[in-house]
Amino acid sequence: MRLYGKYFFIQLKSRMEYKTSFLLTCLGQFFISFYVFLGVYFMFQRFPEVEGFTYEEVLLCFGITLLEFSLAEAVARGFDCFPGILRQGEFDRIMVRPRNEILQVLGSRIEFTRIGRMLQAVAMFSYGISVSRITWTFPKVMTLLFMLLGGTAVFSGIFLLFASICFFTLEGLEIFNIFTDGAKEYGKYPVSIYGKRVLQLCTFVIPYSLVQYYPLTFLLDRGQPWYGLLPLAACLFLLPCFALWKYGVRHYTSCGS
Amino acid sequence: MRSDVFSISPHSRLRKYIAFFRLHFTMGLQYRTAAFAGILTQFIWGAMEILMFRAFYRTSYAASPAEETALAAAGTGSFPMTFEATCAYVWMQQAFLALFMAWMMDNDIFSDIVNGNVSYELCRPIDIYNMWFAKSLAARCSKAVLRCMPILLVAAFLPRPYGLMAPAGGMAFLLFLFTLMTGLAVTVAFCMLIYISAFFTISPDGIRMMAMSMVEFFSGAVIPLPFFPERLKAFFELLPFASMQNVPLRIYSGDLSGHAMWRAILIQLIWLFLLVTAGKLLCRTAVRKITLQGG
Repeated sequence: MRLYGKYFFIQLKSRMEYKTSFLLTCLGQFFISFYVFLGVYFMFQRFPEVEGFTYEEVLLCFGITLLEFSLAEAVARGFDCFPGILRQGEFDRIMVRPRNEILQVLGSRIEFTRIGRMLQAVAMFSYGISVSRITWTFPKVMTLLFMLLGGTAVFSGIFLLFASICFFTLEGLEIFNIFTDGAKEYGKYPVSIYGKRVLQLCTFVIPYSLVQYYPLTFLLDRGQPWYGLLPLAACLFLLPCFALWKYGVRHYTSCGS
Repeated sequence: MRSDVFSISPHSRLRKYIAFFRLHFTMGLQYRTAAFAGILTQFIWGAMEILMFRAFYRTSYAASPAEETALAAAGTGSFPMTFEATCAYVWMQQAFLALFMAWMMDNDIFSDIVNGNVSYELCRPIDIYNMWFAKSLAARCSKAVLRCMPILLVAAFLPRPYGLMAPAGGMAFLLFLFTLMTGLAVTVAFCMLIYISAFFTISPDGIRMMAMSMVEFFSGAVIPLPFFPERLKAFFELLPFASMQNVPLRIYSGDLSGHAMWRAILIQLIWLFLLVTAGKLLCRTAVRKITLQGG
């Protein structure tokens, strides 16, 4: 953890060399999510509800998903530049150091401009909670915490999965955008509105709906109480991702020069 | 150092830029695996987008037993576009994504400016604005050519109303092709402004990010412009961003026609002229004052 702290400050210092650009990038990040919110807002200006979800309920859902994603991003987005690290042979250097590989990969690049999105996520989350008209009981508060935890785990797992697959392909696959940015983008609405097939896919293949739709229905008094525990089950998603990473590290052959 | 030092006939002058276009166009065509992954990605994005719109349309027509026909007919009331037109919009948007997405910018140009390699380009007897313009145009076209056909083909064979409808008419189709090109030119001209801004800021990421988020929203990439409230929409349509993907995609489905269509095309041409003029002026000032970075 101390090592990560060091990485953190070095990266922060180097970013601060270009302050204006840094601020503008943060602002840009903020606006990207803000415009998505405006998109939802204007859709609901025309339509009162979608598949039984009102504007306030969708906002809650959007806020939670966005915060889950931002938290995961803060932790694990460093994997994004992993193909570059592999191709340049930097991973060899990482392997010979007596520290954890994942920690080093994540520390090698920390994107501080994500703070813009994080702020937006926190704002959306608070706003969604405040307009949701939910009476907060203990199980519901716990469910909310589980959702954040589980959601962060699922998204982090996908980032890890992306990096692990790079061991075999050596380049980032654009298709993964669907599971990261795409999932964030479409997670603004409860998964169920996309139809039954998509819901099944998001339950059994990649457990998005375990951290989004099912616990949400419990929060809104429409689902079973045990739905509140599903996000914890979603954390198990990390296991296969981690296993693949380990497998990848073991079969890694250097390709840089 | 400038092109006018060399006396070259206008004909061969244009030929240089065509050569640049061809060079970068064929370079772009080399990345086929990337294109395949891209196609699949865009196809899924499109499908999700359509499912989302379907949810909104369906909620308002839930009572109807013959859902599919009701969906196809939907287009009145609070719906600014028919469901079919919306689907066509989404598919076209995905198929021609590479033409219009502002975030697909050329990193080479940025790094050339930032690390000083631009000096080599300035030594050449060419106009740097035109060269970069041709280069960006080519990069976008080659990406789009590789990607559009499979998406359009699959989308065309999807069942009604989810698939890609036939164009609203022969005339509409021709105008769609024409505005697709002018829309592309407007997008590139706008991106040129951002490239050139790197001469002044050295670290272009900030401006780039701001501009990209704006383009996304105001050009109708987040939700199509007709879905905005009437007065906002009227205002947005005057902005240069509406001249990018908004015009061709809506002309195709017949959502934009008649008087409003001709007006939109006129606005497109005006913005194209203004952006290119502004870009050239800015480029000239930048080059005159340039301090080279790196050595």
